[in-house]
Amino acid sequence: MDLATIIFWIIAVILVGSALLVVGMRNIVHSALALVVVFAMASGIYLLLNAEFIAIVQILIYAGAVTILILFALMLTRTSNIQLNSNPNNKQWWVAVIISTLVGAGIVYAATVSTHAVANDGNAAGQLPAGISNVVRIGQLLYSPTTYSYVLPFEIASLVLLVAIVGAIVIGRED
Amino acid sequence: MGLTLNHYLVLGAVLFSIGLYGALAKRNAVAVLMGIEIMLNAVNITLVAFSFYDQVSQYKTYLTGQIFAIFIITVAAAEAAVALAMIIAIYRKRSTVDVGEIDIMKW
Repeated sequence: MDLATIIFWIIAVILVGSALLVVGMRNIVHSALALVVVFAMASGIYLLLNAEFIAIVQILIYAGAVTILILFALMLTRTSNIQLNSNPNNKQWWVAVIISTLVGAGIVYAATVSTHAVANDGNAAGQLPAGISNVVRIGQLLYSPTTYSYVLPFEIASLVLLVAIVGAIVIGRED
Repeated sequence: MGLTLNHYLVLGAVLFSIGLYGALAKRNAVAVLMGIEIMLNAVNITLVAFSFYDQVSQYKTYLTGQIFAIFIITVAAAEAAVALAMIIAIYRKRSTVDVGEIDIMKW
């Protein structure tokens, strides 16, 4: 096994383990803290896949902003300790176990053993031309209006963010 | 034996089903949101892996999977903000965040 494989397995075990902690913990604040580990480990997976920009964005937005948002919502919706000690799962949790197992098995079957699976075992190292880093290439793809780029979807995404900010203020406002 | 695309696809599938379980089985609305965030991260891992293992040399410089992942992160951040604002508004009206008790839209 080479180094990348060993790192992949370490990250994957921590990732799946902390994701199980997120859905398994009784105290929801502990779940939110395990969620930080999930996001950080996903960032490690992106680094293994040569996606430096997405790894940094993952740390900034998910491990930073989304976690803070979730902790704030937990703080503002804190009920008495009845909820802390009661069962965090609803009555149909075994149906959820069956459904999620079936969905996961279906995806694994479709991706690996079915006849339509992607036959792809090549090594893809050295994707970009020399001298262009991942961040530079993403900047070119997102901003440059001349070549093959994503300027229009990028502007629409900024509009989505604006609408989300205004909507969050309107919905969360006290009246 | 080196890493292949299937490693990442199976990791994404496992993470997706864990998040799906969290979104379906939890009673607290914030925990449901956490499950959804895990599912979105699983999809992002799958997309970035597809981008890395893309074998069409013409597409390799276009990084399509990574661009998709960036837009998913954007929409997920917007979704988290709006959903948490809704949870706080519901909590102010009903003093509960149990998704089983929030039934004002039921007939």
